[in-house]
Amino acid sequence: MKIKRGIPLIDQHDKNGFYGGKFGGNYVAETAIQPIKDLSNLFEKLRRDKKFLKLKDHYFKNYLGGETPLFKLETLSEYLGGAQIWCKDVSAIHGQAHKGYHATVNALICKAAGKKYIVGDTGAGMFGKNLAMAARELKLKCKIFMGTKDIKRQAPNVKFMREAGAEIIPVNTGSATLVDAVSECMRYYVSNCDTTHLAVGSAIGANVFLKICAYSTAQISKELKSQLIEEFGEIPKMKLVNVIGGGSSAIGFWSEFIDYPKKHVELIGVEAKYCAPLTTNAKLAILHGAAQYCLTDKNGQIKETHSISAGLDYPGVSPLHCFLKDTGRARYCSASDEQALAAFKLVTKLEPSVKPSLEPAHCLHEVIRLAPKLNQDEIIIYNNCGHAYKDRKIIKDKIGYFPS
Amino acid sequence: MTNNIDLAFKKGKIENRPLLITYSVCGDPNKKKSLEILKSISEHVDIAELGFPFNCPQADGPDIQNSTYRAIENGINLKKTFELVKNYKRYKNSKPLILMGYYQIIFHYGEKKFVKKCKEVGVDGLIVVDLPWPDNKNFAKLCKKNSICFVQLIAPTTTKKRMKLIIKDSHQMVYQISMISTTGKKLKVSAKEIIRNNKIIKRINPKKNVVVGFGITKKTISSLKECDGLVVGSAICKAISASLKSRQNPVIKLNKMVEVLKNKII
Repeated sequence: MKIKRGIPLIDQHDKNGFYGGKFGGNYVAETAIQPIKDLSNLFEKLRRDKKFLKLKDHYFKNYLGGETPLFKLETLSEYLGGAQIWCKDVSAIHGQAHKGYHATVNALICKAAGKKYIVGDTGAGMFGKNLAMAARELKLKCKIFMGTKDIKRQAPNVKFMREAGAEIIPVNTGSATLVDAVSECMRYYVSNCDTTHLAVGSAIGANVFLKICAYSTAQISKELKSQLIEEFGEIPKMKLVNVIGGGSSAIGFWSEFIDYPKKHVELIGVEAKYCAPLTTNAKLAILHGAAQYCLTDKNGQIKETHSISAGLDYPGVSPLHCFLKDTGRARYCSASDEQALAAFKLVTKLEPSVKPSLEPAHCLHEVIRLAPKLNQDEIIIYNNCGHAYKDRKIIKDKIGYFPS
Repeated sequence: MTNNIDLAFKKGKIENRPLLITYSVCGDPNKKKSLEILKSISEHVDIAELGFPFNCPQADGPDIQNSTYRAIENGINLKKTFELVKNYKRYKNSKPLILMGYYQIIFHYGEKKFVKKCKEVGVDGLIVVDLPWPDNKNFAKLCKKNSICFVQLIAPTTTKKRMKLIIKDSHQMVYQISMISTTGKKLKVSAKEIIRNNKIIKRINPKKNVVVGFGITKKTISSLKECDGLVVGSAICKAISASLKSRQNPVIKLNKMVEVLKNKII
């Protein structure tokens, strides 16, 4: 299994939608086949359409607020006494997470398809919130599927979605978390695929859905690349550390750097300890329309997962990450709830301007572990892909305070 | 290949009526009771579909999901499913049996091992909801080699061109999804439209037996008598749920219900 150079990662699939011959595909019900094919044709057309690209850039700049900052965490770097730690603060975007790119592109595609209804799943509520906002902006009717457990623990985002005019469909099946929300949302799509656009919340699902997602979040690494050249005059030797739930932010953070040698740009993904198919050598399974590494029980049923972070509470992972893992391009590790909380505590104490949500707090654990082992001329950049506002109650409950 | 499914359709043609096909979830409410239900309803049923549960289904409505959930809670798995089928097939009144489910469970078990085991216990046909054409070509061939009918699905969204290709690769039975929906929703299209689509499929190859499923209840079943067969699934699962709730014996209740369904199409 090999990554082809010079071809965007999302386009490295075969005609059946498989990456590396085994990850991804289109395991969907017959009813959804033609709508998915239509969407795929439309997406391939739009991404080469100058007018659409201009429109997308317009929304990224004027609606999402343009380029997100890249800065050095001086105090943290000094405290750890090793590598320079940099933060690509994607949470500065309007909508507070990388899901803004993905939600906006989906709403634009929905509009281009002439559909009035858009539906999406959400775990942490970041995609739900951003989709609700994008739908309002583009005058679309929006439904968000969310597990009842997540509705409770991510209440600030739920309030936001409702205020933006989205209808929230509570999902109470199974573990009542993201995996069930995705299943229910896909079922809704099967029932309404003639009138409704499905926006899958991460780089998962049948081929076209994960492509649209990774295409949208790639904005992060496009910005990063130009920021690095401005800052260093070149792409420095560096490690790009990103949290992995479904894997949409990491794919976006890394996509411009796939072709660089591993020694030049190392890619490190951090999963939540009990939702870590890549770290635990989980078996290949078919979930939500795609073959991927996924936590299953001995009978092949999809396992329930547990994480403090709703955005990571998912048993599977993007087929693109499975591909990056098996080709050896990226390496994956995990962090526990406690480790993420400890990382949050340390980073927010030393760097008051940074407020990582519980999702990027997981990757900060790995950053903190790695930095002291490296020389001062080495660079670690992490993707601060979500803002902690949504987690302030959980954080207060767990560590006793929420930093102001 | 002639198998029990062909014979069932031949009988239907002779009697000039559509086949009654029921769907129930293996292990719902538990292994013992689901076998009893299956045996009991076989008195009226022409082909029995039996679902093997998967906990992240893409096309099941709430009624089948409830049944699936109960079955998994009560410990059903493929091993027990095969045991149940084997037991059922020994029963003198047993009917052709089609296993239906999602690809993950087959993939996890191993395709070849799965089909071999199906043949061994007497499974007559297979429906895999999320293994569409053309991805199912190899699997369908494997089924054919083992005299198992792989049932291709056709939806209202399937284009005519694709329909022809699917029919070409299909075995003796084809499943027409009545409407754009998950299972068990109220029929949102007219019987006329369903029959029209059914005729389009039949015209491509009149030899194929085209059955209709999704949204078929005792209210709608008689309006679709022209088809080769009609599948009732969610209504069965719903009735099992209801009988459990009211502490009735689901075996007796289901037998009566299926008898009513049958009487509406003969």
